[in-house]
Amino acid sequence: MFSFDLLLDAVVTGVLLGCFYAAVSLGLSLSFGLLDVPHVAHPAFLVMASYGVFFLNERFDIDPLLAGLLITPLLFVFGLGAYRLYYETFEKRGSDAGVRGIAFFFGIAFIIEVLLILQFGVDQQSVTASYIGKAWRIGDMRIPFRLVVAFAVAAALTILLTLYLSRTFMGRAIRAVAQDQEALRLMGANPIRIKQWAFGIATAVLGIAGALLIIVAPVDPTLDRSYIGRTFCVVVMAGLGSMSGTLVAAIILGVAETIVLTLFGASWAPAISFAMLLGILAVRPQGLFGRRS
Amino acid sequence: MMAPETNAPLLRISALTKRFGGFTALDNVNVDIRPGERFGLIGPNGSGKTTLINCISGAFRTEAGTVVFRDEDITRLAPHVRTRRGIARSFQIPRPFKSMTVAQNLMVALDFASGTGDFVPAAQRRDTLMSILTRMGLESKADVSATKLSQVELRKMELARAMATHPKLLISDEAMAGLSSSEVDEVLDLLMSLADQGITIIMIEHIMQAVMRFSDRMMCLDAGRIIAIGTPAEVMANQRVQEAYLGT
Amino acid sequence: MSRNSLFFWIGAIVFLAAALLMTQVIGNEYPFFACYVILQFIVLSVSWSILGGYAGYVNFGTSAFFGMGVYTAVFLFKVAGAPLAVQIAAAAAVGALMGFALGLLTMRMQGIFFSIATIALTIVIETSITNWRYIGGAAGIQMQRPPVMAPFNSYVQMLFFVQALLVVLAIGTSRYIQNSWMGHGLQALKDDELAAECTGVPTLRLKLLACVISGALMCAAGAPAAMYLQYADPSSAFNLNYSVTVLAMSLIGGTAHWAGPVVGAILLGTTQQLLTVTISSEINLLVLGVMLVLFVVAAPEGIIGLIRRVRHSRKEGEG
Repeated sequence: MFSFDLLLDAVVTGVLLGCFYAAVSLGLSLSFGLLDVPHVAHPAFLVMASYGVFFLNERFDIDPLLAGLLITPLLFVFGLGAYRLYYETFEKRGSDAGVRGIAFFFGIAFIIEVLLILQFGVDQQSVTASYIGKAWRIGDMRIPFRLVVAFAVAAALTILLTLYLSRTFMGRAIRAVAQDQEALRLMGANPIRIKQWAFGIATAVLGIAGALLIIVAPVDPTLDRSYIGRTFCVVVMAGLGSMSGTLVAAIILGVAETIVLTLFGASWAPAISFAMLLGILAVRPQGLFGRRS
Repeated sequence: MMAPETNAPLLRISALTKRFGGFTALDNVNVDIRPGERFGLIGPNGSGKTTLINCISGAFRTEAGTVVFRDEDITRLAPHVRTRRGIARSFQIPRPFKSMTVAQNLMVALDFASGTGDFVPAAQRRDTLMSILTRMGLESKADVSATKLSQVELRKMELARAMATHPKLLISDEAMAGLSSSEVDEVLDLLMSLADQGITIIMIEHIMQAVMRFSDRMMCLDAGRIIAIGTPAEVMANQRVQEAYLGT
Repeated sequence: MSRNSLFFWIGAIVFLAAALLMTQVIGNEYPFFACYVILQFIVLSVSWSILGGYAGYVNFGTSAFFGMGVYTAVFLFKVAGAPLAVQIAAAAAVGALMGFALGLLTMRMQGIFFSIATIALTIVIETSITNWRYIGGAAGIQMQRPPVMAPFNSYVQMLFFVQALLVVLAIGTSRYIQNSWMGHGLQALKDDELAAECTGVPTLRLKLLACVISGALMCAAGAPAAMYLQYADPSSAFNLNYSVTVLAMSLIGGTAHWAGPVVGAILLGTTQQLLTVTISSEINLLVLGVMLVLFVVAAPEGIIGLIRRVRHSRKEGEG
């Protein structure tokens, strides 16, 4: 039996969920989309940030979003260091770096996953906050409040990052380095420093994103595996390097997932993002708004 | 200098158009290359020279137009098939197989594109390989890793590897860029001797003296269009060519 | 046959004879359980390396192929009570088809896109199997082993010997490829795909071939696992741990030579057995991850590469 109300509910939830996916994928849009770093460990970093938020929330009763803000500078420094290591080891050397670069990040993701299991156990963890558990009622629809919070924060984050990249000097330098590293070098700027800074930002963003992750649903250490599909699907579907495209692509994914969930049940949900990713890669690999490579 | 043997062109490019998104890199290019010709291709940066080479060798697909090689339409063929048909190219920035020695680099060409049929005993292939290397002046480097070569040696290996595919048409993409004047002469002499063996050569270069010495005919591209084609003297005297290089 | 080949095949026969002897002489089942797992990883790593090592296309979908091998065996056994040999042959066919489909789908993808696509493939297949009630769905399915044939006393011993046969098949195939024109072409395309294509190497065709062969062997390695465990469920059969473990074994051992994955699989497989039993499976995974990162950063050519470098510097010292 097909219910229009159910569908509408799914679409609205899907849009909200999609915005959340956008927030979670923004960092990857920077690191992979603009900087071409094969960052398969991005979801692992995200889950790690969530656990950081969980820790602060459980131990010190800090609001998750605030906790996310608090760990942002830590993540920024971590991102700077991670890129430095990646650059020194791989990007400098050139050949065969592709294979090893991917394996490197996969290994890092694995290590993070196992460390989280050892520290926090395999069970799911969640946070407590005033806005989790309540719901808005609009007509017949029931919209979980935490999704609205996630939507608002995600929208703000996307706007902020897009503005940063287009209005600030550093932001434009980052976009420039993505297009033509050599030209930038000739103008006296150090492309490596710029890329490092960009990667730092991409990781810092995960502070808030990680908070959103654990607000929206409980987390467990292996969650990064499902998010590889979602984040890469969003980034590839958007087209590498397009920040605004990330939002659109993420909403499409969110809506698709929710509709499938409603119509066919939860057991098919994990495959949606991956199936869409395969489709996009096969049919239109440059994505919806891709930059010229 | 050998006179062309037949009247049919070796390579005929008709109405070739290549776009990247909204940017037109090649716009309705038409040119015939005669067998045994020494053809120079010049043009300012971004004029479409390497794009044209990529379209001829098959690395790019074209939006419109045809590429006909020895009376066969190769427009839809994959690069490796075109190589086997007899089109070889070197790359602007050398692309050696870094995990291999110089000899192994050439062996790939001999394994896959030598055109001499499937079963050639290893010893004979080694002989062919060494003779190519000797002609290029690289015989002492045969068993040296490709990562240990100097710039000019890399350029020569590029050409040697292209030669190992037994081409009818060789395209040299800025093989002399960044070399010292004696090195430029080395490479130029090499290309001249290859031309003397009957191989048709298209040379892309910025070093004007070299191109003018080398070419029977020259062509100048600007913004994807041919702005001049003819003898070196004619092309260099052309006002549009001078403007393209010096700017207005 | 060249001298090297002669030595190789003599070694293979000796290996098989030793394996057979083990089954007749050793009564305790545990060594066979442990060795079966190590042999299985040798097959998986060697097969993976045909595409991942020779061509440089990092396939994260080992779990997909392995899992499909398991479930092909399960399906055929449930539907027709098929004997082990048929299960393995069918799994190889399924793997070949999957490899072909993977190759076609990812034909124009390079680097990380290819790798992500293989992860995607794994999850999509796993989800599909999870939703298929007939072969157990998410809960899994139990199986009963058929009676064992002579000369083996226990089914596990027979599986052990079968896996030893697969090891010889996989290594023999990998060795042949490495030394043939196919191996040279793959090496060229790994170094520089565009240059290889322009030098006459039919890169798409070679990649497809490598996908098919690699896929067939990996899938075949999974088939006996159904009977080994007497149980199959999607989340363990398709567990991404297989992908990371095989990747680690191949990269740590060294991908340029067929012996690399063998060394890696034996080393890490043994470590795995030891650590999982004495400490915990989590610590084992941690060690795996750390070793992978260490080798990728510091010793990119793997153990084989290190050995070569030592030999080379010794030669230069003497000469």
